[in-house]
Amino acid sequence: MMRPFGRVPAVAAPAAAVAARTGAATFAEAEEPASSSSAVAVRGTTELARKQDAPALLSIEDVSVVFDGFHAISHVSTTVGEHDIRFFIGPNGAGKTTILDAICGKNRVAGGRIMFKGKYDLAKMKDYKIANLGVSRKFQAPSVFCGITILENMELAAANRHSLYSTTFLKLKKDTHDYIRYILDFIGLYDKRFDYPTRLSHGEKQWLEIGMLLTQHPDLLLLDEPVAGMSRRETEHTAELLQRVKQECSVIVVEHDMQFAKDVSDDVTVFHEGKVLAEGTMDEVSQNQTVIDVYLGRGGDQ
Amino acid sequence: METLLSNKTQRNRLVLAAAIFICLAVVPAVLPMFRTTLIARFMCYAIVALGLDMIWGYTGIMSLGHGVYFGLGAYCMAMYLKLAASGGGLPDFMQWSGFDALPAWWAPFANPAFAFAMVVLVPVVVSVVVGLLTFLHNIKGVYFSILSQALALIMSVLLVGSQQYTGGSNGLTDFDTILGAPLSSPVTEVVLYYVTLVALIAVFALCFFLVNRRIGKIFMAIRDSENRVRFTGYNTAVFKVFVYAFSAAVAGVAGALYVSQVGIITPAEVGVAPSIEMVVWVAVGGRGTLVGAVIGALLTSGVETFASETFPDLWNYVLGLVCIVVVLFLPGGLMDLPRVPARIRAWLARSRFGAPQGGARLTPAMAAEEGVSVGAALAEEDYAEPAYRDAGGDEAGGDPLAPTAASGLDEKGGPR
Repeated sequence: MMRPFGRVPAVAAPAAAVAARTGAATFAEAEEPASSSSAVAVRGTTELARKQDAPALLSIEDVSVVFDGFHAISHVSTTVGEHDIRFFIGPNGAGKTTILDAICGKNRVAGGRIMFKGKYDLAKMKDYKIANLGVSRKFQAPSVFCGITILENMELAAANRHSLYSTTFLKLKKDTHDYIRYILDFIGLYDKRFDYPTRLSHGEKQWLEIGMLLTQHPDLLLLDEPVAGMSRRETEHTAELLQRVKQECSVIVVEHDMQFAKDVSDDVTVFHEGKVLAEGTMDEVSQNQTVIDVYLGRGGDQ
Repeated sequence: METLLSNKTQRNRLVLAAAIFICLAVVPAVLPMFRTTLIARFMCYAIVALGLDMIWGYTGIMSLGHGVYFGLGAYCMAMYLKLAASGGGLPDFMQWSGFDALPAWWAPFANPAFAFAMVVLVPVVVSVVVGLLTFLHNIKGVYFSILSQALALIMSVLLVGSQQYTGGSNGLTDFDTILGAPLSSPVTEVVLYYVTLVALIAVFALCFFLVNRRIGKIFMAIRDSENRVRFTGYNTAVFKVFVYAFSAAVAGVAGALYVSQVGIITPAEVGVAPSIEMVVWVAVGGRGTLVGAVIGALLTSGVETFASETFPDLWNYVLGLVCIVVVLFLPGGLMDLPRVPARIRAWLARSRFGAPQGGARLTPAMAAEEGVSVGAALAEEDYAEPAYRDAGGDEAGGDPLAPTAASGLDEKGGPR
């Protein structure tokens, strides 16, 4: 399989190559919300017109998740194409993380289908089997394994055979080792590979975890608030990292950081109270009056 | 693997283990036979402790019922020894119960090969069944511990209750020969001592092999965050059942060696209290280090013997005290001792130069010394920068009902 990210072992300097941003410009300042008439995103949009020719990697069809009678998400539909970076944004409690949980098999789906590559219904599969299909999930808190070294973390993630026998007796292939080295170089942790992750900063832990996910050659990467708690420099580095990641797989990001979303996203889906409110590019949805009313406007121009 | 021997701590621990094994090897030459047999008993405990360390120290599953597997191994062996002692006739306690023929399931144990196989197989089968029932249904943490403890209770009640088959609370004793050799002869005792030592070294080597392969890293990863391992694509239940069965088999072997040297096995040695004591050995020695488990078992039972010879009533209090001290001040057990001076220095530095805000501020250097996250110390500085990520500005309008990933994700479920 063609893996541009893996085939080019040129080591990128982990300097922030993303255009330096001055100040903490809020979204509302950057975008004039006046031209709301040009809003293109429509409530309940299921597919973007310009995406229709691209094959859908993931298609979420009329999915609902219910917790003890509480409809965390109801009748959500959207599709994510290949090599797409999709952001799920929306107020707290809108159901963004819930839908990620549904995709990776952590939540039971009450209704609807989650079709992956057109043939697997993730709503009916076990979590570790979904992971083996090529869906990698990163949770909100950094959850690397602190009892084993950084290199061992990577090796554990990179191994593509997960049986008792292979984990006891088989060694990793040379190209797997090379790829681990490449990823570690890229996230700037190669020199620390024999350290334990307890010694890493918050941002470094997040990168290690993203790096671990990359070694699995996922087709779909699910990231839950990857830049929460990161410094600006770290956030910029993460944005750069995601642009690289995009060459390899599709990414779904749940994030509150609007500047980060604007920098990195191809499309965003706005959730509100468990439903899809709008979908489109960041510029498009930021013009949508409903979106401004329920989400974007609240912190900005008031 | 190439870094295995270049890691200083790892190397020191191996040297320590080798030193212990050499000391144990010369014991029969320097100590009287009574003490030698005693130390052989401690080595059996050390074997159990190694298995328990694999499941608790490395995988984070606290089993309070390993006496069951120790007992199953011991009883399988004892059945063979008992039949060998009764010379083809009925064991004495069966005669007292009014039996006139050997129960069908006892008969095969007259064959030593069958009995030795059962020493491993019975614990493995029982633990796999229990493991599948619990781990496949995602029973973990304290719930598993309670369940395993109940298992130990059931086991001892069952043994006492079925006196006609198991000898009841008297257990099985009055053995005579093993493989034709008289158990009371010094030669047999020395041979059994070395068999036990070889078993200890073999189990140690096997554990060492496992923890240094990828499977061992998976055990430790399960201990750190089991869900995360599942989302990495590993079926953790399989690994948990495996490590549970492995530790059960090891405990069974230890039980068999124990009974052939001590000459008696009773339900009192397989119930709840001994099961908990096994966990204490590992805790005292140091969870998650193999040599720590060995030291913990040897030292705790050694001190126990000395203390119960000198102050018979005091031992349980001492054990309780040791337990509290370890939990409070030495979570890594005796293997953590080398790090204690650094920890005291860090504690002193914190209390003397407290942060102006009154909160103890951890410098990265101190944090590193203590082995805690440097990130925690650095985070303060990160937050001091103008917040790039507050741009959305929706933090205030949060819905408390939001089912976030934080809930249920970060499970340190196992008692670390």
